[in-house]
Amino acid sequence: MDWSLLVIQLLNGLQLGVLLFLLASGLTLIFGIMDFVNLAHGSLYMVGAYFCATLTHLTGSFVLAIALALPATALVGLAVEVIVVRHLYTRDHLDHVLATFGLILCFDAAVHYLWGPEGMAIPLPAVLDSQTELLGGIVFPTFRLLIIATGLVIAAGLWLVMTRTRIGMLVRAGASNRRMVAALGINIEILFALVFAVGAALAGLAGMLISPITEASIGMGNEIIIIAFVVIIIGGIGSIKGAFIAALAVGLIDTMGRAFLDTLMKLVMSNQNAETAAPALSAMMIYILMAGILAFRPQGLFPPRGR
Amino acid sequence: MVYRLAVLVTAGLLAATPAAAADKVKIGFITTITTPAGVIGKDMVDAVNLAVEQIGGTMAGLPVELIVEDDGFKPAIGKQKADKLVKQDDVDFVAGFIWSHVLLAAQKSVLDSGTFLISSNAGPSQLAGPLCHQNFFSTSWQNDQTPMAMGEVLNQKGVKSLYVMAPNYAAGKNMVAGLERTFKGTIVGKDMTKWGKDAQLDFSAELAKAKASGAEGIFVFYPGKAGGAFMKQYEQAGLRGNVALYTVFTVDSIALPRLQSGNMTGVLGSIMTQFWAPDLDFPQNRTFVAGFKEKYGRYPSFYAAQSYDTIFLIKSAVEAVNGDLSNMDGMRAAMKSADFPSVRGPFRYGNNHMPIQNFYSREVVVDADGVWTTAARDVVLKDHQDTYAQECAM
Amino acid sequence: MALLLLALLPVWVAWANTPFHLDLASRLMILAIAAVSLNLILGHGGMISFGHAAYLGIGAYCVGIPAYYGIHDGYLQFLLAIACSAAFALVTGLICLRTRGVYFIMITMAFSQMVFFAFVSIEEYGGDDGLVIDMRSRFAGLGNIENATTLYYFIFASLLASLYLVHRIMRSRFGMVIEGIRGNERRMQAIGYNTFRYRLACYVIAGALCGYAGALLGNFTNFISPEMMDWTASGELIFMVVLGGTGSLTGSVLGAAAFVLLEEWLSAVTIYWHFLFGALLITVVLFARNGMAGMIDRLGRRAWRRSS
Repeated sequence: MDWSLLVIQLLNGLQLGVLLFLLASGLTLIFGIMDFVNLAHGSLYMVGAYFCATLTHLTGSFVLAIALALPATALVGLAVEVIVVRHLYTRDHLDHVLATFGLILCFDAAVHYLWGPEGMAIPLPAVLDSQTELLGGIVFPTFRLLIIATGLVIAAGLWLVMTRTRIGMLVRAGASNRRMVAALGINIEILFALVFAVGAALAGLAGMLISPITEASIGMGNEIIIIAFVVIIIGGIGSIKGAFIAALAVGLIDTMGRAFLDTLMKLVMSNQNAETAAPALSAMMIYILMAGILAFRPQGLFPPRGR
Repeated sequence: MVYRLAVLVTAGLLAATPAAAADKVKIGFITTITTPAGVIGKDMVDAVNLAVEQIGGTMAGLPVELIVEDDGFKPAIGKQKADKLVKQDDVDFVAGFIWSHVLLAAQKSVLDSGTFLISSNAGPSQLAGPLCHQNFFSTSWQNDQTPMAMGEVLNQKGVKSLYVMAPNYAAGKNMVAGLERTFKGTIVGKDMTKWGKDAQLDFSAELAKAKASGAEGIFVFYPGKAGGAFMKQYEQAGLRGNVALYTVFTVDSIALPRLQSGNMTGVLGSIMTQFWAPDLDFPQNRTFVAGFKEKYGRYPSFYAAQSYDTIFLIKSAVEAVNGDLSNMDGMRAAMKSADFPSVRGPFRYGNNHMPIQNFYSREVVVDADGVWTTAARDVVLKDHQDTYAQECAM
Repeated sequence: MALLLLALLPVWVAWANTPFHLDLASRLMILAIAAVSLNLILGHGGMISFGHAAYLGIGAYCVGIPAYYGIHDGYLQFLLAIACSAAFALVTGLICLRTRGVYFIMITMAFSQMVFFAFVSIEEYGGDDGLVIDMRSRFAGLGNIENATTLYYFIFASLLASLYLVHRIMRSRFGMVIEGIRGNERRMQAIGYNTFRYRLACYVIAGALCGYAGALLGNFTNFISPEMMDWTASGELIFMVVLGGTGSLTGSVLGAAAFVLLEEWLSAVTIYWHFLFGALLITVVLFARNGMAGMIDRLGRRAWRRSS
């Protein structure tokens, strides 16, 4: 076993994990507090990526583009909340799933119309577009390190906000007992809209961070949103801590599966079968993990108390 | 209630009734319009429109009617659209097809109905071999051929070890098989990644493996937008300078403008193999490339070139029978002779109706206007026929 | 009357020479059977399965895989499709039904994704590329369904049979219990029903019926790929049920019909048709309670009141 390769793959898994966390944190809050299933969360991830790409080309600066694209994505999220989502809080999950499924179709078609089908690349500043040498001669792409760092900082920030501020307290209270918060005289409408916009911005940020690697493209959020749902289900709906742990676990499992599963499978089957089956099986492992956890803990790993 | 249902259904079906077939050449063109791969479909449709425009919209005096359908990158949808084209629109030719798996799904519907099927891109081994059909023609190549040419280039360069990456679908498997057929060195590792509308675009784990494998070079096949994403990550992972990159169908005029706007100069000078290049010096190619650049303001891709040829192949068939579209035998014989001006220069058809043609090495260069494009270098395979032709009973 | 129209459609198609409409109607009826089966658990049982397309896929592969080995016996294929779907529903149901609400939605989705990726990974049966079915099912003593019109009537009869079956189930004591559980599960438990077993049985019946629809679908398209059990396919099935009106038998058929026809028309209108489709979906959810069946009933009642 090549140890430096293992470390690199662990870092790759970590990078995917924090990206999933950025998506999942907003999702789990929206879900936990408003009891709203938002399939269209992945569309905000896409919108963030396209905003950032356009602004990078306009301003010539990736950092400035992120700074501008973040509030813009939050505004789109706010608009979605006011126009559609707000009217559905009192409905059941089935209506949520359908309406937001419709939103996905609308967003994908709108992006196709506005930006064309070809997707957009985001050029990175030379400093980020290079490699960094870590301890032990391990070389890793600088930008991926930056994604990891950003994700961890945001995770820490969210944790501080959630545990140390009044807003965080309200949000946590909302996640475990919504009526109580309303009874305290808090304007629930504003709190909901705020959480939705922040969630949108976090999803957008995830999109902005990944598209310098994979480019912004139509439907980029549709696959990852399902994985983000898996993350919040495993972690327990409404739990930031659960989302964080589950996101890292899922990111590591997926990457490790892609990295080492084919080698393992070649021990028991023909080379060709192993090569083609391994990627699908590593994708499947995530769902097996979720079904396994739900079979034993039907509320996920860290269900918020009081529900 | 049930009555209402029936009225709804019947009314729906009535409204979809087509006009009766008139005296015109109907061409159904199936490609990918939606999804990120729609950028390829757009290039193809643009080329077809250009060709139809250049021939004045007629073939042997008959007006040309073009019906474009979107396969949504899904085999099942492609098949459904093929059914619609032959059954509802009653087209004379079904053409297009970017993706091998979509073509494989749709071929039975078209061929069973006795309609001509022309692939403007996909070249799966099955249709070149056991499933070959008298009414199937290709204006592109068989999937294995281009990577076979690349294998020869690698041998000439003396490359001894290679890491291979390709998407896990029919064409990806053919590409790898083609490379393995001619490449004499060892393949130290191979990754087949998820493809389709939810294709994997982040190759972090795979690139780390490639780098650690110690291979001299990496061979990839990532058509469409995945190509740009791959090139970018190849650079970011610091593979350039360590592991040389060899591609087929990855760096094309669809990926190049984005690579240029991202200022990824590393791609300049990289080598690939192809049956065509924008600078091939044939009259038809000059007309095509100049016309395309004038009308759309960009270089055409090889997808566009093949689609352009598709229209001229059909035109040669329709003119050979003087517009008598019921004369299938006459049209088939005309197409089989490949007697039309092709952008790739003269070529002929093999027994399986796949082109027997030259494959060139191509290099990424900067043109006189500073635009990144590709230029043909050497002939790697001359008058090359695919290996599946012998499995074809025709 | 309605049945007569549908029954006579092939005659009209032959006269107007528009065989594509036969295809459209065939596909519509197959999806209608799938929607009816989903409605059994979703509408009547209150179990929102987000993985129902898996059964379509399982059923279709139960036709495709034997056909791949040259076994075209229709009795065997359809029996296999029903048995495999029922078995899959039984095993996954034992786990899924332990969860509630959105956890149920997600775990059914997880299982269907597992099946999806399992078929993607099996190189032998085409993997991602799918599998072409060269020959449709043959029924010894009855003939085959190669002919589009024969297949049409076969599907038509299947739809009628499924509607009758679900109708009978819902009118039976079993159906009453299922409705009762959806209304108030605790009460049903208190009366002495083992509600888990009832829900599981309902879940298995729905799975088996959808597997049957899958076998029809495999025969109809002559092609199967994992794509047909993608999570978006499950979403579309839910859409059909809700569009038609949950819990309404004919509603599911209406929903499937509206879905297939809308898709056909809108995609011909503009390449941005997904936008219209999505907007419609949102509108239906926001404004049309109880779907089309509910809307038609409301309109009908209003007209009735006005006329009387």
